[in-house]
Amino acid sequence: MALDRIEKLLAKYFEAETSIAEEKELKDYFASSDVAQHLEQYKPLFGYALQAKQEQFTATIPLTTKKRKSVVWLSVAASVAVLFGVGLFTYDSMSTPEPQNLGTIDDPEVAFKETQKALAMISESVNKGIGSISYLNEYEQSKNKIFKK
Amino acid sequence: MNQNEFMQLVNPFKDKLFRVAKRLLVSTEEAEDATQEVLVKLWNRNESLDSYNSVEAVAMTMTKNYCLDQLKSKRAGNMKIVHNNFTDREASLQQKVEDSDTWNWVERIMNDLPEQQKLIVQMRDIEEMEFEEMSTILEMNEQAIRTALSRARKTIREKMIKTHHYGIG
Repeated sequence: MALDRIEKLLAKYFEAETSIAEEKELKDYFASSDVAQHLEQYKPLFGYALQAKQEQFTATIPLTTKKRKSVVWLSVAASVAVLFGVGLFTYDSMSTPEPQNLGTIDDPEVAFKETQKALAMISESVNKGIGSISYLNEYEQSKNKIFKK
Repeated sequence: MNQNEFMQLVNPFKDKLFRVAKRLLVSTEEAEDATQEVLVKLWNRNESLDSYNSVEAVAMTMTKNYCLDQLKSKRAGNMKIVHNNFTDREASLQQKVEDSDTWNWVERIMNDLPEQQKLIVQMRDIEEMEFEEMSTILEMNEQAIRTALSRARKTIREKMIKTHHYGIG
């Protein structure tokens, strides 16, 4: 590479009139092994520029906002689900239930008999219950014996 | 835009942001913090990112402003002393370990430049950006940038030559 061209470029460089391409040319020249001796002093300047460009950002980028965003989204979804559930429940209980077949008996005679049967069953069970607690009287008597009034 | 798309968008220039931040803030840790801060801010603007012509330019502007704010607030408080101590110690340590390495000279000379010139040299000489791009990021006209750049380059040259001769003598 012609030396006078490099010198011209250098002069332009210090006036900040070189283009990116011309500056690249200078960097290439000073990175090469055959730098003219009187220009040797500029070598570190261009060498440093190339070296400084190698430095990299190694830390992680904490994009925490993404997480917060999804939490907001989740809470919205949850409240919608709750509202929907409550709404469904109230809607269900407000609306009149459809008439169902509850086993109604139309004939009064049969109805009376059925009722008697049901009541008899209840009284039978109640009596059984009462019978099983009749021996509590024993306790009552012995208690009265001990704690005389 | 999801996280992956954002990372893909940001990946080509995140190192650039970091280097610019480090040029201004000097310490690697602070530069990392600044870069993280800017990228998170950018992520929060997620929805409006598509409307920008160049996300990179926006990110650069944000980084520049954030770092200058950082420096300003540090200067206002006592933090300045802490910061200076830190950088000084680092420099002297480096000086001891690899004093022969002239690249460190360039770095130290650059650290002494005023902030604006630091930024301009970083963007032009290291990141190889066009003046047009720089003028939008720095909110300066091209001529002013050229003037500042020329001044910065000459300052670096002067100091370099001084140390160079000093080294030989």
